[in-house]
Amino acid sequence: MKRRGFLAVLGAAFVAGCNKVAETNAGSKLLGAAEKWHEGAHRFLTDRKALAPEYPRSAISPYFRGNGSIDPQNGDYPQQAAENFANWRLEVRGLVENPMTLSLDNIRRLPQRTQITRHDCVEGWSAIGEWTGPQLSVLLDAAKLRPEARFIVFRCADNLNGADYYESVDLIDAYHPQTIVAHQLNGEPLPIRNGAPLRMRIERQLGYKHAKYLTAIEAVASLEEIGEGNGGYWEDRGYQWYAGI
Amino acid sequence: MKRHKLSTRLWHWINLVCVVMLFMSGLTISNAHPRLYWGDWGFAPEQAWLIVPRFPDWMTIPGYYSLAVARDWHILMAWPFALGLLFMWMAMLLNRHFKRDIATSRKDWKPAAIAADIKAHLRLDFDHGQGKYNFLQKLAYGLVLGVFLPMMVFTGIAISPGMEPTFGWLIEILGGRQSARSLHFIFAFATLGFFIVHVVFVLLAGPFGQIRDMITGGRSHEA
Repeated sequence: MKRRGFLAVLGAAFVAGCNKVAETNAGSKLLGAAEKWHEGAHRFLTDRKALAPEYPRSAISPYFRGNGSIDPQNGDYPQQAAENFANWRLEVRGLVENPMTLSLDNIRRLPQRTQITRHDCVEGWSAIGEWTGPQLSVLLDAAKLRPEARFIVFRCADNLNGADYYESVDLIDAYHPQTIVAHQLNGEPLPIRNGAPLRMRIERQLGYKHAKYLTAIEAVASLEEIGEGNGGYWEDRGYQWYAGI
Repeated sequence: MKRHKLSTRLWHWINLVCVVMLFMSGLTISNAHPRLYWGDWGFAPEQAWLIVPRFPDWMTIPGYYSLAVARDWHILMAWPFALGLLFMWMAMLLNRHFKRDIATSRKDWKPAAIAADIKAHLRLDFDHGQGKYNFLQKLAYGLVLGVFLPMMVFTGIAISPGMEPTFGWLIEILGGRQSARSLHFIFAFATLGFFIVHVVFVLLAGPFGQIRDMITGGRSHEA
């Protein structure tokens, strides 16, 4: 018992030291820089268009776990759900030449991509599902990005613990061939827990990047004015913006 | 007994700090989803091969539950850990520390020789004879440097979704992402096992002199 007490004291002192380092300006800068080193290494080693693995149908998980918002009750979402999302609209806006408003029918009529991919949650679990929808690049090309656009922000209908969910990617991931606006999971319309009626698939990054309940796609030059300025709901709560780690 | 080389001493202490911080922040990450699976996917208790106990806050970095902060520390310390290991391997091969002191020869593997070495350990007789290390030491250091620590790096890379387009073959060899995650956990605890045995033997062999030698290099008995 005495030895455990000693270990606990040693551990606590060590942890207190780490926390002190994290609180200093240089410490928190270093912690932030490490994310950029990983992103740089990944981007250096991986082709822009290199694909995440795709699986055969037999690999699909029997059930696709939902996380975060799994049944939004805010705004008009419950009513939209009751109408089976017949009046759902997706806006493409911001730094684009041709802002657009699309119905689900418009989206289903675009060229589609179907991919069976693995979803990795930041918590550690994985699930495999088959997603169908148009590539984001198709929508962005139709809307014509202005040259100042550097990031694509995804606006969502769900409000989690009092804040609107949102996410963002750079243009490399926005134009990646597997980045799609999914409206189907395993051949069926998206279930509510997985983001009905539309969600993003950003296949080379962790699950929190894959914004659900998608209402708008917004091209911006900077993320600073949005949310708390870190590029996403979880990023505003301390998680890495580059979620490929 | 030969002196410890400067490269060995530097790496040893830097690596200790890295491993302790990676392990303690890793425990927080385990607490975020304390289940391990085999294969490509898994998320529910019925798919798990192990339900991991929750690690108490005093064992973890940051000392309270925060997956975001734990990940910050984990991905920062991964750099000095991985680059340090690469440096140590290059130094060991160039200065012949590996070949001279750690690599075993065929005669070391004779059952009688192994049995004699185990008996000597049980008697707490740590006379190394001619070489720097005896067989069990060579085996332990070889396993840690050659298997446990490199596997931490490889399985860590395999868990990162951004690395998968390039290192898909690695994930396949490891049996899928959830298998890689399980192996990351297993090798972390194998490393902890080595750490405990290592510290126990340092204590038994005279901690003052052992730690002093690992800092200063120690005196060469041949001199």
